[in-house]
Amino acid sequence: MSTPTIDDTATPHSAALDAAESGEVELITITLRIRRFNPEEHPDAVWVDYQLTVDPKERVLDAINRVKWEQDGTLTYRRSCAHGVCGSDAMRINGKNRLACKTLIKDVTALDKNGVAKPITIEAIKGMTVLKDLVVDMDPFFQAYRDVMPFLITTGNAPTRERIQSEEDVQRFEDTTKCILCAACTSSCPVFWNDGQYFGPAAIVNAHRFIFDSRDEGAEQRLEILNDREGVWRCRTTFNCTDACPRGIEVTKAIQEVKRALITRRY
Amino acid sequence: MATDSIGNVELTDSTPTDATAFLIEPPRKRTKTTSGRRSRTNFEMLAWLFMRLSGIVLVFLVLGHLIIQLVLDGGVSKISFAFVAGRWASPFWQAWDLLMLWLAMLHGANGMRTVINDYAERPGTRFWLKVLLVAATVFTVLLGTLVIFTFDPNIS
Repeated sequence: MSTPTIDDTATPHSAALDAAESGEVELITITLRIRRFNPEEHPDAVWVDYQLTVDPKERVLDAINRVKWEQDGTLTYRRSCAHGVCGSDAMRINGKNRLACKTLIKDVTALDKNGVAKPITIEAIKGMTVLKDLVVDMDPFFQAYRDVMPFLITTGNAPTRERIQSEEDVQRFEDTTKCILCAACTSSCPVFWNDGQYFGPAAIVNAHRFIFDSRDEGAEQRLEILNDREGVWRCRTTFNCTDACPRGIEVTKAIQEVKRALITRRY
Repeated sequence: MATDSIGNVELTDSTPTDATAFLIEPPRKRTKTTSGRRSRTNFEMLAWLFMRLSGIVLVFLVLGHLIIQLVLDGGVSKISFAFVAGRWASPFWQAWDLLMLWLAMLHGANGMRTVINDYAERPGTRFWLKVLLVAATVFTVLLGTLVIFTFDPNIS
């Protein structure tokens, strides 16, 4: 039996690929600078540094797990699936909202002029009440989500077979079905930071998912909800949400499409 | 925390008296009014549309104004009482300036309104800043309109 082999002369080799093939792991020492807050101990949040040696190809979540398991068990954060599906470990890493489980350490590590890795800062997502360390109160976020009625609204009897939809009709809202409700977009929005009354990008994305679904009949109700004083018109198109989305949803575009629908469907 | 004779921790006493003794930031809750009492007007939408449409018109009005005032016929040094009087003798330039005044002031005021909404956090601050803004806008628009319509080229 023959095994397929890589033609060494044809494929260019990088140092990283060499290391991966030989099984060698080049460990580096990094500092995690985590903004910690314990309401039972101190009224202020403090930055705490943790040093550890990691494989740069690991994820930030792996490093945080190692801190909790090996250095300080009181470190509190949310994570469930750890594979970018559940959306529970959104946090502010080096000042940008990302999922800790989808961010590789090598992508957030920069070297200073002495060749030493700069600290990676990790803090809770902004604009929501911090309960402890990296855990925030998500209630306002989910309240906004519920307010846009993120479920299928139809009239008449349900069909006995599935509701058929053309490929073209699916593509109309396909992008916004990818949302995992991690709150990375909403908590990166400066308008939401102000007073938290704005619906926020995530709620609008999930409204978009049904407004542009040909099987749904509740579009007019949802548009009316988002026509609110705190609805889509507060969007300033700063694109923070689009930059923050770990699923690559074109969030700002979705918000603009809802705005356009509000105008064109009525006049 | 109390322990009984065999060393078991009595759980009833161990509950923290106040789990959230400190809060890092005040809760920024969506209030009942946020989703419940909804404004039935299209004001925000019309304001948003007005910004886009007035912006397009203002590009031509303002650029035209600047070119006429500052570039053509010897530039800014030509502007005098007589120059203004000559221009406002024509209804066309009166209408131009009137439209520019209203669109620019409302465009700017609405922009400032959104800035206040975005940056002022306390309702009281918001309210008084908007009162100030409306007063300044109304004063400027009315004064400008008055001048355009009652301009007297023979004033002594």
